[in-house]
Amino acid sequence: MIRCTRHAAAFCLLLIVALLVNATRVQVFLGGRYATDPANRRAEIARYEKPRGAVLVAGRPVTGSRDSGGRLRYERTYTDGPLYAPVTGYSSQTYGTSLIERAADGILSGADERLAAFPWWDGLNRTRRRGGDIATTIQPAIQRAAFKGLGRKKGAVAAVEPRTGRILALASTPSYDPGELSGNGRAVEAAWRRLNGAAHRPMLNRAIRETYPPGSVFKVVTAAAALDGGAVSDIEAPTDSPDPYPLPGTDTWLGNESDDCEDATLTDAFRVSCNTVFARLGVAVGQPAMAAAARRFGFNEPGLRIPSSVATSTFDTRMDTAQLALSAIGQYNTTATPLQMATVAAAVANDGERMPPHLVDKVTDASGSTLATWPRATPRRAMSPAAAQELQRMMVDVVEHGSGRHAAIDGATVGGKTGTAQHGKHNEGVPYAWFISWAKADNSGDPAVAVAVVVEDAAADRAEISGGGSAAPIARAVMRAALR
Amino acid sequence: MTATAPTPAPAPAAGTPAAPDAPPPLPLLPRRRGTELVLLLAAVGISVCGYAVVGLATRHAVPAGAARYGAGLGALALLAHLAVRLRAPHADPLLLPIAVLLNGLGLVLIFRLDLDTPHDRAAPAQLVWSAVGVALFTVTVLLLRDHRRLRRHASRCAALALLLMIAPILFPAVNGAKIWIRAAGFSIQPGEFAKVLLTVFFAAYLAANRSALARTGRLAGKLRLPAGRVLGPILAIWLVSVLVLILERDLGTSLLFFGIFVVLLYVATGRTGWIAIGLLLAGAGAAAVGALEPHVHGRVEDWLHPFAGIAAGQGPGQLAQSLFAFGSGGLLGTGLGRGHSSLIGFAMKSDFILATFGEELGLAGLTALFLLYALFIARGFRAGIGLRDPFGGLLAAGLAALPALQVFIITGGVMGLIPLTGMAMPFLAQGGSSVVTNWLIVALLIRLSDRARTPRPDASEASDTADASPETGR
Repeated sequence: MIRCTRHAAAFCLLLIVALLVNATRVQVFLGGRYATDPANRRAEIARYEKPRGAVLVAGRPVTGSRDSGGRLRYERTYTDGPLYAPVTGYSSQTYGTSLIERAADGILSGADERLAAFPWWDGLNRTRRRGGDIATTIQPAIQRAAFKGLGRKKGAVAAVEPRTGRILALASTPSYDPGELSGNGRAVEAAWRRLNGAAHRPMLNRAIRETYPPGSVFKVVTAAAALDGGAVSDIEAPTDSPDPYPLPGTDTWLGNESDDCEDATLTDAFRVSCNTVFARLGVAVGQPAMAAAARRFGFNEPGLRIPSSVATSTFDTRMDTAQLALSAIGQYNTTATPLQMATVAAAVANDGERMPPHLVDKVTDASGSTLATWPRATPRRAMSPAAAQELQRMMVDVVEHGSGRHAAIDGATVGGKTGTAQHGKHNEGVPYAWFISWAKADNSGDPAVAVAVVVEDAAADRAEISGGGSAAPIARAVMRAALR
Repeated sequence: MTATAPTPAPAPAAGTPAAPDAPPPLPLLPRRRGTELVLLLAAVGISVCGYAVVGLATRHAVPAGAARYGAGLGALALLAHLAVRLRAPHADPLLLPIAVLLNGLGLVLIFRLDLDTPHDRAAPAQLVWSAVGVALFTVTVLLLRDHRRLRRHASRCAALALLLMIAPILFPAVNGAKIWIRAAGFSIQPGEFAKVLLTVFFAAYLAANRSALARTGRLAGKLRLPAGRVLGPILAIWLVSVLVLILERDLGTSLLFFGIFVVLLYVATGRTGWIAIGLLLAGAGAAAVGALEPHVHGRVEDWLHPFAGIAAGQGPGQLAQSLFAFGSGGLLGTGLGRGHSSLIGFAMKSDFILATFGEELGLAGLTALFLLYALFIARGFRAGIGLRDPFGGLLAAGLAALPALQVFIITGGVMGLIPLTGMAMPFLAQGGSSVVTNWLIVALLIRLSDRARTPRPDASEASDTADASPETGR
């Protein structure tokens, strides 16, 4: 019987060993797979365990965290939600994140390795670090001016500092309060459905995530290509352009809103925005040179991150001549984000050097010590300094004598360009009123700001006036705020 | 958290006089009551530390009740220790400390889970039940001076066990299982007590009939099948108990009874034929029940595809949540109070309590826990080996196999090794009946080990051999 008792004991021991082997399988070998299973809520719980780091504007947080008392503990709050929504994006327990909340999620949520002084110890200890802060380049006064200027209109504003590429304002209207999406539950789901279903698409960040046909504001790029490529050597010489201009290879005649376009000089054509002159110039420059110029200004450059991801502005590279002519005046397949057009204006103001735009200055940990600063980008040459200076003169001319008069500011040099873009199949869509500009205080050598404004404007007719009428005053308010 | 596991060296006492020409006397085992006391203090200390750590991790302060909890557990341990010192001075010194440690850890885990369910606090009741269990332990150790007295009550034990198992049928089902008796705000699970009673009966019956079982019967190939005459009564009892359990839908306990039955049959007769028959019966029974009973069929499906609910869009089921919890524990665990095993929801303090242990203390803690159980079980079997009377030997083996099978069934269930059947993790899980029963098991093992380790006068050899004669006292 003793032998059998020993056998029974051995059997019981075997059972325990089986349990241990199975425990090793589950805890060591399968643990990683279980941790990443979307149905396992632990990652989610850990994510909201600590207050989320803040997004800072001019050193002050525009976001916060609220203890919800629920299983997902901390919820995002926004101090000025609609104003800064195009900057921050949302951070929702139900629907994920967007914009900076998404791009800098690792830092904000505390998952980023850089936040750990001793990653190995933290891993062993399983402490979740408090999220770090993201300092943005936004200037609150400029941001407010942009948001207020847009008011109830549908549109967007992007403002950058030409010398550095720092984004000073990024506004989009109609906006929304991202705080509505922070938590979880019915109210959040209802808000999500309402915001996504709304016809005016409040969650669309029109400043960086929407591309519009730039229309006449694209003529800045065409002019730069013409000046750099030698198609125009003297901006005060007649360009030998017909009016109307037959689109090559078609029976279509391109006309103008203005009467003074036949054989106009480049300066005059730029001031009154002659489609014929610029369409013909685009054809004269040729497709490869036009595409190269557009690329130098930042078109066709996918994957731009500020660090929020920016929609790619496009200039078609495979077209017939008629399409090239239309593309040169910012129609056909040419599209641009407001931020892209602000960058074009900034490149002109910065004597032809384009600085890739960025929204984040630096990253700090929760105690405020700097973890990283935005790497200084190498400037890209968009056009020769000589061409840039000629373009500056032409843009100043637009504001002083042309369609951009509403953007003029006392005590500052302002250069601008208006535009109206048609879109839709037969141009039946609501026209877009554009204005891009830059401003330099008279007592300063550096341009203070470059701005692009787009307004989806039902009132705009084909007249160039509309860009100058509804968009230019907004640009002026933004530039005034920047000059102050 | 690792248990202090000192090596209880069963070294022969140094003081035994040895005359050069006389045959060496039996080595005198030291009593080791001092060792037991030290280990008990360690067990209480570890539990109090656990209690404090839970508070520090969740509330950044030692819980207000830590001292009271420690004092309560310490008092219980001391009471049990005194009873052992008084009436079972030769008992194995490891059994009681392991039981106290497991019970203490269980209380810590339940206290910790109570923090996640502030409206449903289970720890205070569990402490009361533990006290009841220790009281029963003390009474048993004090009053039951000789385990052989139980043999006289074997048939009564069987009758009472059947009664206890049948009783819940008259009461409404709770969570799909009819295993509860509810009266005056109390609910007890009589099946828990029944398993000890049945073990006593099995041991007594097999001790009386083991020679008949071993030597008679027909040969079938190499297997010697037992004669129906001997087998009849025991098979009937077993059948009835299994039937009752199936009617009550408590399959874990059913499996447990069957396992104990087969283990004891093997130990008593030493015939592998029993194991073959047992496995055959178990296989047939499992197949039949699995096919006929939708409840069981669902459990098997769940075991084969624990994540099917997720794929079907219903979210993770209990087993999936349990696996997630274990997986999240990894090697070292999240630390007490810092896991999220409350995601398991229902039964997280009882059947699934091990998931909390695994998540918060990791594989390291789980290994230590399994070692504690293994040590406890080994000590039970050791007592059985040391006993000369077959009844004692069988009873000890049965009482040691009981927690072993129980640990295997519930741990295997919550970790996806075998289909899940509800059962209490011995000492850890919430459940008054279970804790009280476990303390009864400890008391009996203490008694048996005391007997096994008591230096016997030569005369006792004679009385032990008398067991072969059929004096069953019935």
